[in-house]
Amino acid sequence: MPSLAFYLFALLAVAGGVMLVAFRNPVASALSMVLSFVGLAGLFIGLNAYFVGIVQILVYAGAIMVLFVFIIMLLDLNNEEKVKFRSSTLVAGVGIPLLLAVQVLGVIQSGPTDEEVAFTEITPDTMKESAAELYPEITEDTPLKDRPAIYKSLTHETSPKLPDTNLIGHTIFSGYNFPLQVIGLLLLVATVGVVVLSKRSNKTVAQDVSES
Amino acid sequence: MDTTLLIAAAIKIGVFIGITLSFVSICVIFERRFSAIIQDRVGPNRTMVPLSILGFKKDFALPIGGLTQPVADGLKFILKEDFTPAYVRKFFFWLAPALVVVPALLTMAVVPFGSPMQIGESWIPMAVADLNVGPLFVFAIASLSVYGITLAGWASNSKYPFFGGVRSCAQMISYEIALGLSIIPVLMMFGDLNLGHIVEYQAANGWLLLPMWGEGWTLERWLMLLPLGIAFVVFTTSIFAETNRMPFDLPECETELVGGYHTEYSSMKFALFFMGEYAAMVVGSAIIVTLFFGGWSIGFGLDGMLPIGAWWVSLLHIGCFLTKVTVFILFFILVRWTVPRFRYDQLMTLGWVVFFELALINVFLAALILAFPAIGWGGFIGGFIALVIVSFLLIKIAKGASTTTREYGAV
Repeated sequence: MPSLAFYLFALLAVAGGVMLVAFRNPVASALSMVLSFVGLAGLFIGLNAYFVGIVQILVYAGAIMVLFVFIIMLLDLNNEEKVKFRSSTLVAGVGIPLLLAVQVLGVIQSGPTDEEVAFTEITPDTMKESAAELYPEITEDTPLKDRPAIYKSLTHETSPKLPDTNLIGHTIFSGYNFPLQVIGLLLLVATVGVVVLSKRSNKTVAQDVSES
Repeated sequence: MDTTLLIAAAIKIGVFIGITLSFVSICVIFERRFSAIIQDRVGPNRTMVPLSILGFKKDFALPIGGLTQPVADGLKFILKEDFTPAYVRKFFFWLAPALVVVPALLTMAVVPFGSPMQIGESWIPMAVADLNVGPLFVFAIASLSVYGITLAGWASNSKYPFFGGVRSCAQMISYEIALGLSIIPVLMMFGDLNLGHIVEYQAANGWLLLPMWGEGWTLERWLMLLPLGIAFVVFTTSIFAETNRMPFDLPECETELVGGYHTEYSSMKFALFFMGEYAAMVVGSAIIVTLFFGGWSIGFGLDGMLPIGAWWVSLLHIGCFLTKVTVFILFFILVRWTVPRFRYDQLMTLGWVVFFELALINVFLAALILAFPAIGWGGFIGGFIALVIVSFLLIKIAKGASTTTREYGAV
């Protein structure tokens, strides 16, 4: 039985999505998208994935959508006029969500059953166990400063916590280091490309200044 | 869910939001008195209870100096006419002030006010939400307050507020980068994102910028003072820019923009922007204190002698934390009344050309020092030379970029 918070945030996410499509005012649409992102972040946090949830807000709601709103305001777009539906857009609009729904159903059907999954609840005791499993070489005598941060967080005396940020970092940098570097390089190339394409040379700037 | 924890959470939400809000009003009186001292004036040193409007002969003065001034200010704002101009976009016009105040108050949820209290078997952390992503939560929620200011500027449907909103939006996005990059050395040092754990570490092993007890007397910690000092300067300055305070209050620069994004607002809606700015200032001070100056810890190894968990120790620590926050608020006010306002292109150059590069180099400097035990002298010297060369090139490129912006004008 999902908790009340799940329904609240799921409703927020869906309502935001519907409002995004329904509103005619571009700023209102952009803000409903923010609302939808906040709802999604709430769902992630409900799954104990604090890092993913917060990054959802930090990156999407806090950075990308701010730029969207900024540009919409600068362009001063007016309310979108109602356009007549063409049959091709209608088919695409119904067909693609249907395909997605079929895929979601397929994933749900083929996924593991409840017995197979057997979730372990996150409590201080289970966290201590998994810390001992992860770092079998650490004993009671190991001085505090030699213990890794993940171990310290899992076995903390007053507030033991699942260090999900550290665990994500650990997985990415030890298991997928090479793909990460490749993606980083790809993003760098994209950034440099954008700068080169959008940068006006000093000559054209000087021309513009003298013309105006 | 434990009933004790639930009740404790409810109490904590009430008390900590209450503390933050009362700090906001205390800030106002501090600001007025402190600026008066700086400018050799008297300031509001008495506030009367206006009995004369009830028909009495004389007003009654409370014998506590001007401390009741915030009450008078608040009453004034509530009783003023709340005027909404006819040409504004109503819904967004009303939404904007709330979007400024709420994020500022929300960020206070992860700040640990005091040491954890022990009630029965369970430990109760003195933060509303003892999250494991503390600093990230603060940045994420604080970045939402941009919406409030931008919307205020846009919804006012008038020239100068719009300029103010756009300026503020650009400024906050720019400084968020420096803000996020600057604390990476700090987080590398702790290896933990939980603000409660961070403060406990500092209580035992010396504050970040004062490693004088516990394991603080190591060469590594003292070498780390250089990158951490740079991190502190960049972080504090970026907080000034994020809160739109002097010397970075270009969004409300009255000589150019009348009043900035809140020109069209009156009464309590205007007061909400005011409150949002001060609440952001309080939260900013709290974060600086928590990361760099040991949060609630008394320091000098005294915390180890106290029985952590007893209720009076928690209260003592809360008092200590609030004292440190007050000191930082006074610092904010001191800067506001002594440093003149920047020009807008100077502000952008400082953010993108100086702080961004400085924070980036700083991350690698901190990494080099922290990695010394693993890489030995050879790696250290090699890395250091590489870092110097890269920094030199970066500074050269940055200098070229800043002259281009100066010649052709920045946005």
